[in-house]
Amino acid sequence: MSNWRLWVPLGLFSLFCGLAAYQLTQPKDEFVNSAMIGKAVPDFALRPAHPERPGLTVENLKDGKPKLLNIWASWCVPCIAEAPHLDTLKRQGVEIVGVAIRDKPEDVARFLANYGNPYTRIGADDLSEVQLSIGSSGVPETFVVDGNGVIRHQHIGDVRAEHVPLLLQKLAEAE
Amino acid sequence: MIAELGLAALWIAAALSVLQLIGGAAGQRDEQSELARLVRPAAIIQGLLAAFAFLMLLWLFAVTDLSVKLVATNSHSAKPMIFKLSGAWGNHEGSMLLWITVMALAGGLIALVERRLPEKTMLATLAAQAFVGIGFYAFLLLSSNPFERLPQPALEGNGLNPLLQDIGLAFHPPTLYFGYVGLSVAFSFAVGALLTRKVGPDFARAMRPWVLGAWVFLTLGITAGSYWAYYELGWGGWWFWDPVENASLMPWLAATALLHSVSVLAARDALRAWTIMLGVVAFSMSMLGTFLVRSGILTSVHAFAVDPERGSFILFLLAIYIGGALLLFALRAGSVAEGERFAITSREGALVFNNVMLSAILGIVLLGTLYPLLTEAFDVRVSVGPPYFNPVGAIFTVPMLIVMAVGPLLRWRNDTIDRIKMPIAMIAAIMVATLVLVLVLGAYSLLADLGLAIAVGLAIGSFLPLRGRKLSRVPIATWGMVMAHFGIAVSLFGMASESAFSEEKLAAVAVGSNTQVGPWTVTLSEVEPVAGPNWTAIQGSLKAQYKDGKAIELTPQSRNFWAPPQETSESTLATRWNGQLYAVIGNQASDGRWQLRLWWKPFVTLIWYGGILVALGGVLAIIGRVRTDLKRRHAKSRNAQRKREVAAL
Repeated sequence: MSNWRLWVPLGLFSLFCGLAAYQLTQPKDEFVNSAMIGKAVPDFALRPAHPERPGLTVENLKDGKPKLLNIWASWCVPCIAEAPHLDTLKRQGVEIVGVAIRDKPEDVARFLANYGNPYTRIGADDLSEVQLSIGSSGVPETFVVDGNGVIRHQHIGDVRAEHVPLLLQKLAEAE
Repeated sequence: MIAELGLAALWIAAALSVLQLIGGAAGQRDEQSELARLVRPAAIIQGLLAAFAFLMLLWLFAVTDLSVKLVATNSHSAKPMIFKLSGAWGNHEGSMLLWITVMALAGGLIALVERRLPEKTMLATLAAQAFVGIGFYAFLLLSSNPFERLPQPALEGNGLNPLLQDIGLAFHPPTLYFGYVGLSVAFSFAVGALLTRKVGPDFARAMRPWVLGAWVFLTLGITAGSYWAYYELGWGGWWFWDPVENASLMPWLAATALLHSVSVLAARDALRAWTIMLGVVAFSMSMLGTFLVRSGILTSVHAFAVDPERGSFILFLLAIYIGGALLLFALRAGSVAEGERFAITSREGALVFNNVMLSAILGIVLLGTLYPLLTEAFDVRVSVGPPYFNPVGAIFTVPMLIVMAVGPLLRWRNDTIDRIKMPIAMIAAIMVATLVLVLVLGAYSLLADLGLAIAVGLAIGSFLPLRGRKLSRVPIATWGMVMAHFGIAVSLFGMASESAFSEEKLAAVAVGSNTQVGPWTVTLSEVEPVAGPNWTAIQGSLKAQYKDGKAIELTPQSRNFWAPPQETSESTLATRWNGQLYAVIGNQASDGRWQLRLWWKPFVTLIWYGGILVALGGVLAIIGRVRTDLKRRHAKSRNAQRKREVAAL
């Protein structure tokens, strides 16, 4: 083995340590909030991701009623965890529309069959275009959109039981 | 008093590890010096003191001493005794103490029994072990003291996370820790050998039982962890490629590669530098895993108490130990004499191939796990899941498994494919036949079908090394290999079958009516509230009938814990020889029907039975190796004795 190759592991390891040290110094709990809060959702039209629900266009968000826009995917584990809480919100009369990120129809169908379907509409966002345009950087994320299609609040990560009251309050504020 | 005794024992143990380091260093100049002769006793006493400290912590949890902060935060007087005890290590401080205890006991054991290596190498090894230990003692004593008292004793404990109140989980982390610690011993041996440039078969033989032991525990730990996630989380899956799962898989991959390369080194004196490298990598992966899990730098479904400050400490230790070892490797490995050479078609060649593939898989898992960390540095948040790990991992897993079926048939040093073409043709024919059969049965998932074909071929192939041999004379270690390889085939069959043939059903069922999943008819006979020591639950009574057989009673629960408040699903399983029915009860719908989630998973249990077989194979290998080592030692001492007698004549 020539000598420089013996240094490769150390080099890679140093890179890792540098990266990890940098990440540790970054404030972890401050999520990067979308720059789109307070602005209108940009124009889009998504085909249906599930045969039993219509697709989603920006016009659907401007029907005068505040909604939750839930960014999710069948391959996302925290989405399973938030499913019962979305269901709770739905049962309290909240309208939830879904955007399925980079998903397959059969996977979407299986997920909804297993974990419930709280959505009135589900659009298929195969290239994450809508996700990026509204400033969401991961799944799951939930946006409060008012009746004019303006983003009023962003919730990053899975919705847990303790977040339900806050989301309801934000929806009420958006009336 | 008990807490103070434990703390005092820890401080003395820490001081002894400093002595052990200094003595080991002094021994590099003069192995007979006073300081050097203190190294072995220091290691032994240190092990006993750490064990004593851990027993004190167990005692505090057993009596629920609420004046101790750790007990007050993690235990509760109403908890069953077994969970009181497991609460001792079900938290950060206690688990670090357990880690140190096992590590100190391992160090003590080497100091007591290991005499094959040159004394200088042993002293360097024990010094390395002490060096690693000191960091952990510092971590524990300075930033995570498990014996800290509260200014005012608490009135009642804060409970234990109800998800963690499970017998399987009580023994899952310790199992992994035994594995991690075994790798720390292998690491110390590698550093000791590098420092003294003594890398050879003796070094490999000294290191091997530890690697094998670590590997057995890691195998059991991963198997148990996967089963726990399967029945406890209630999601029906058995592996989620979650960072915490990957953190336990990566050391296993490295240890698997290491134990094979150690065998080559022991048998043929080849792969010297590579074995050292893997020794360092295997322990790095366990420390890296601990770092990722404990620092909270990656988000995971496993909610651990995370703390960036502790994360920094572990990163600091990681940088010193692994950075130091890799620096040493870069400086020294070039001067470690090259080992024996061998042809590509030989047992060594197949093992090297296996090593390269395992390392590639390790690289893929590592990259996938760290990738979100990398992209976050550029403000992009991503989640890497099965769509990456499954296909990319398969690129290397499939060839590895195929070579695994034939590799053990090759001879050491030099062989020809021609000699074993019959068994190869046979295994290939079996694989193709299975593939055809699976396609006829109507399963069209590429990876699952390949998995089934390879599993059957490998299962047959794993027994071929026994052909034409007198079974009573086959070494125990060879039986171990056969069993471990067969276990991999069994486990793979379970995984592939689960993925190809599972059926699932979500149904809203009224009390008294039934639903179908696969060959099962499931009737919901009753739903009633039940209560346990610290929870209440809604319990469904299901009558599950397999085809026309006798109905089995199943009772899935949806539990509510009150200290702390939390809701969990207790799934229930009906196990048959050919698979499992998995049932979860959910919420009640507004029309009074209950949500039932049912899965029929053919042969899914083979995943974990396979894991257990693999671990048993490892145990057989340890027994075989240690027995041979003892015989060798006995023969050596008899020779020495004879020589002395001859000289005396």
